[in-house]
Amino acid sequence: MKILLVEDDAEAARYIVKGLNEAGHACDHASDGDTGLEMAGVGGYDVAIIDRMLPKLGGLDIVLAMRDGGDTTPVLILSALGEVDDRVTGLRAGGDDYLAKPYAFSELLARVETLARRNSGAASGDVKLSVADLTLDRLSRKVVRDGQPILLQPREFRLLEYLMRHAGQVVTRTMLLEGVWDYHFDPQTNVIDVHISRLRGKIDKDFDVPLLHTVRGAGYVLREPE
Amino acid sequence: MTTETQGLFRSAAFRLSLFYLAVFAAFAGALIAYMAWSTRVILAAETRETIAAETRELAEEYAADGIQRLVEAVAKRSQGPANALYLISSFAGESITGNIAYLPLKTLKAEGYQRVPYRHTGDAADITREAELRVFRLTGGFVLVVGRDISERVAVERVLWRAGIFAVVLTLLLAVAGGVFVRMRILKPIDAMSDTARAIMGGDLSNRVPLSGSEDEFSRLGESLNAMLARIEALVRGMREVTDNVAHDLKTPLTRMKARAEDALRAIETGKGLDEGAQRQVLEDTIREADELISVFSALLAIARAEAGEGAGHDRIALGALAADAAELYEPAAEDAGVKLTAETADEVFVSANKALLARAVSNLIENAITHGRTGGGGKVSIRTARNGRFGELTVADNGPGIAEADRKRVLDRFVRLEQSRSRPGSGLGLSLANAVARLHNGELELNDNSPGLRITMRFPLAEAGGNDGGGKGLGG
Repeated sequence: MKILLVEDDAEAARYIVKGLNEAGHACDHASDGDTGLEMAGVGGYDVAIIDRMLPKLGGLDIVLAMRDGGDTTPVLILSALGEVDDRVTGLRAGGDDYLAKPYAFSELLARVETLARRNSGAASGDVKLSVADLTLDRLSRKVVRDGQPILLQPREFRLLEYLMRHAGQVVTRTMLLEGVWDYHFDPQTNVIDVHISRLRGKIDKDFDVPLLHTVRGAGYVLREPE
Repeated sequence: MTTETQGLFRSAAFRLSLFYLAVFAAFAGALIAYMAWSTRVILAAETRETIAAETRELAEEYAADGIQRLVEAVAKRSQGPANALYLISSFAGESITGNIAYLPLKTLKAEGYQRVPYRHTGDAADITREAELRVFRLTGGFVLVVGRDISERVAVERVLWRAGIFAVVLTLLLAVAGGVFVRMRILKPIDAMSDTARAIMGGDLSNRVPLSGSEDEFSRLGESLNAMLARIEALVRGMREVTDNVAHDLKTPLTRMKARAEDALRAIETGKGLDEGAQRQVLEDTIREADELISVFSALLAIARAEAGEGAGHDRIALGALAADAAELYEPAAEDAGVKLTAETADEVFVSANKALLARAVSNLIENAITHGRTGGGGKVSIRTARNGRFGELTVADNGPGIAEADRKRVLDRFVRLEQSRSRPGSGLGLSLANAVARLHNGELELNDNSPGLRITMRFPLAEAGGNDGGGKGLGG
């Protein structure tokens, strides 16, 4: 995957580039807004990571210019301004996701991979989702594993739906809070872990092969057994 | 001029009142002058009318029987009322008959109505009166004078003039007095306010506008200003507290982090090294500590923003649904902690609020109730929303140890953690954030005894019916 990073802090940029490279992604780095927009114009990137406060040209202006030019590359906006209204402005400008500083690298990576997948046409409109022998029908709201129906609470259903839509990708707790609960802050307690463990109890417990895995230090992943 | 009087004349209100009263004095003077003038005109016309009538009668006598008859008639009339004046004199100017003892010489030579001084026949030599009269020259050099004494009329006119001048002078005096009154009584409060403002600019935030105690506009203005000053003072004090608290509550974990890193580094340098597990432990601890610091920072920022009233795009929020969502999110975690979380929510309770902030505040209350409520089994946390008059209420209650009445106000401050809860997780910011959010939405946070336990109620004014619909902006995930 080819990623464009526009970030003026050299230390932070180096750290992100290194991390992305280690995860197997190619990454180009621009350290100011003008260069960033120029590089985005060349195209060919799967995802762009753009800092909001940049010298010469602001991050939001880059996104606006890209969108005006018909560029639909998914954009992850990085910002030290984490409040809800700043987030809303960022997304309105055409950003696809918003990550407040300081963030964990695992969070950044998970979001970048999700964005890239979204663009490559992971069918969010599919009625039926399935991972291995687990299927979820979004219309009839039925979940079946290995032919056995599984009874889920409405929220557990949405949680599973989210995980299945992102099957094979690491999903962080923050992503789950945002995507499933529409909460844009991190609770002090391990609320998500408990929800996951309940869900795991229903979809994995009585079956030989677990599908829902914990990724240490990052989050969770629902994936096909190897 | 003393500074006091200089200040008096510089005062805008004083100058304005002087101006108005000068205008009023001019108006009063003009009115009285007009009255005096028209009185004079009317009285003069009346006098002339009388004189003309008498002249006609005497002319008839003269036409009938000549000068002899005229002299007799005049002599007879001269005995009548003293204010009717007559005189017939010879061509030489000698008085033949009549009641005028003296007239200025040139009077007899003039024509028409005249206003002249005269002396009545019954008067002492040094008395002069004023008369309006007319002189007629008859054949044979005789002269007939017919007139009326106008001393009374003159007296009336004089009284009127005097009244006019008196009125103008009095009005001007009142003007000055009024200006001084306005300056002393009305403008004093304004001076006091400006003194207060200056004292506050000088750094004394505890200064307040003195209140007169009367219920006038100045008092109300003063009260509003004082309320504003109290709020500003509270904000500034809050800021100072935050600085102090940040210094304490953030430096401590930072110091710990640094010590841990240094310790690990020293272990490597001294060649003892750390095995992989220990290295991992150090790094994980450091990250965990950093995460806690970040969450404290983000809570502090959220509080500061809520208190400053920023970032508050408001939507129409169904309080019940919001509480149910939060309860649903925390229910499994509560059960894990051995706490039974129940929610009883009312429909149709809408408040105008920032959904994200409100959700965060409610989450804080629920987290608090779970961590500080009854632990070790038997814990209960209940969430309830209800309509109470013009307010929507959201209550979170637990059955834990509660908070002593004396501490209830204090726990709303930032970083305050009561002794018995020091060992539990938390930053001491949850309640202050909830409180700031409640205040941002014109609501309030109330702590009550749930006997046993703590009952926290957030109370918000209900949203107007209608308005902008939809609970959120739908931008999540």
